[in-house]
Amino acid sequence: MAKPVEAIESNKRARRRPQRVLPGFGLTLGYTMVYLSLVVLIPLSAVFLRSLGSGLGHFWEVVSAPRVLASLQLSFGASLIAASINVVFGLIVSWVLVRYTFPFKRLVDAMVDLPFALPTAVAGIALTALYAPNGWLGKWLMSLGIKVAFTPLGIVVALTFIGLPFVVRTLQPVLEDLDKEVEQAAATLGASSAQAFARVILPALWPALLTGFALAFARAVGEYGSVIFIAGNMPMKSEIAPLLIVTKLEQYDYAGATAIAVVMLVLSFTIMLGINALQHWALTRHGGR
Amino acid sequence: MKRPLHSSRVLLIAVALTFLGLFLLLPLLVVFAQALSKGVVAYAGAIADPTAWAAIKLTLLVAAIAVPCNLVFGVAAAWAITKFEFRGKSALITLIDLPFAVSPVIAGLVFILLFGSHGWFGGLLREHHIRVVFAVPGIVLATIFVTFPFIARELIPVMQSQGKDDEQTALSLGATGWQTFWRVTLPNIRWGLLYGVLLANARAMGEFGAVSVVSGHIRGLTNTMPLHVEILYNEYNYTAAFAVASLLALLALLTLAGKSFLEWRQPELRHAARQSLDRTRS
Repeated sequence: MAKPVEAIESNKRARRRPQRVLPGFGLTLGYTMVYLSLVVLIPLSAVFLRSLGSGLGHFWEVVSAPRVLASLQLSFGASLIAASINVVFGLIVSWVLVRYTFPFKRLVDAMVDLPFALPTAVAGIALTALYAPNGWLGKWLMSLGIKVAFTPLGIVVALTFIGLPFVVRTLQPVLEDLDKEVEQAAATLGASSAQAFARVILPALWPALLTGFALAFARAVGEYGSVIFIAGNMPMKSEIAPLLIVTKLEQYDYAGATAIAVVMLVLSFTIMLGINALQHWALTRHGGR
Repeated sequence: MKRPLHSSRVLLIAVALTFLGLFLLLPLLVVFAQALSKGVVAYAGAIADPTAWAAIKLTLLVAAIAVPCNLVFGVAAAWAITKFEFRGKSALITLIDLPFAVSPVIAGLVFILLFGSHGWFGGLLREHHIRVVFAVPGIVLATIFVTFPFIARELIPVMQSQGKDDEQTALSLGATGWQTFWRVTLPNIRWGLLYGVLLANARAMGEFGAVSVVSGHIRGLTNTMPLHVEILYNEYNYTAAFAVASLLALLALLTLAGKSFLEWRQPELRHAARQSLDRTRS
């Protein structure tokens, strides 16, 4: 939590500088810091402090329990698969939306944001109704011997739904800025369209693909509402980590819930930082935007 | 040269539309199909139910408190970040985005740890007979937490791209700081502001995980619309669950329509967010 202090310090220093014309720096930054601390920083630090409160031994005992490990593995594993599916189809969708014209394109483009706008509980019951054994899609998949609802596969479906806009909206602006001339140059030099894609387009998209992946992944790991209806929620099989937190809270096991929360927070912050670093590396290496 | 390109184009469009149809359109359609499956009378009955009404009112109340709180914060944060240079600015922007990286369930847990009966302030609240957790204040707090970054995030790039020339001119012509803000800055950022409010409101009204943890699920008292949907669904009252869900789906469609309208009014809103955030970060 050293960074806000740093910002306040720089605030003090900056105020002494004379060339500032606009008023309100102290007021707005002060209010920002107070509100940020009250709403986000202090509440979040409560999780970490409470987990220390019950001792490291207890923390380890909770976290290493097979049921907890299974739920963490499921949450991170299913999110990884869903984010990967989103990268593939998000690339196709954003490519089609940027490069081609077809009827109702604007409507389709607006629809991509549906998972942002549709409440997760609604998405959850809708997907369950679709993929349940008697649902529109479930019936058909059942005849192929594929069970989606109430299995880990259902979790992947829900996480794919909520993650899609992150990839598309990250890729679109980059694709729009990508010079078509570069591809045409590659084509005149004798490259096939597949070669042009792999050698010219993909390297330029790579940072945006990673960012979209990271955003979709981060959202998926913590997702609760859309998953719990379709998951079946069987311990050790289809129980995601956020659900286990809720279960422990309902049993008044605050220390247990807090321990899982700390692991989730640390893991997702670490992964986000790692991918940010990777993205930074890709940006400097390819000299992209 | 032309023909293979054309066939790959048709194929790619078909793949994209099939994927979007399966993953976006069908879930939306199924909500309305299920809601109306027992006829319009059953649908109207489910929505006219008093507990459904209580849930609708609570959802509106929570959004009416949470969104303005984050609106004031968003304007203040964007003003500080875009009009001034200071050390730690990129760290501040990262911290503002922090709630996006936190699971909604953890957002709810946080307020249980602070204000629950065994929480840091639990004893104090009990002495003064104030209920936060399993009551409306807890729901509001959890909603403020999950919608915290929305408005700031949309405003920062908008104000960044507008610079501070207009404000400096107003000030040099003798306007006070507040006059400058109300008459110059606010009109300039109105579309961006609405855009942020729209997105924050959709999330505030639709939030499930965080609110579910702090609500206590007391029917007619602490159930928001998404929680009401869950209760009805778990009671196998599917028609009623989907009827209430269809109202939320309509809200989502209205939000998307409003979003498209604002993007049409001000095309920079569309992609400005990420690019400018990167610029302020670097």
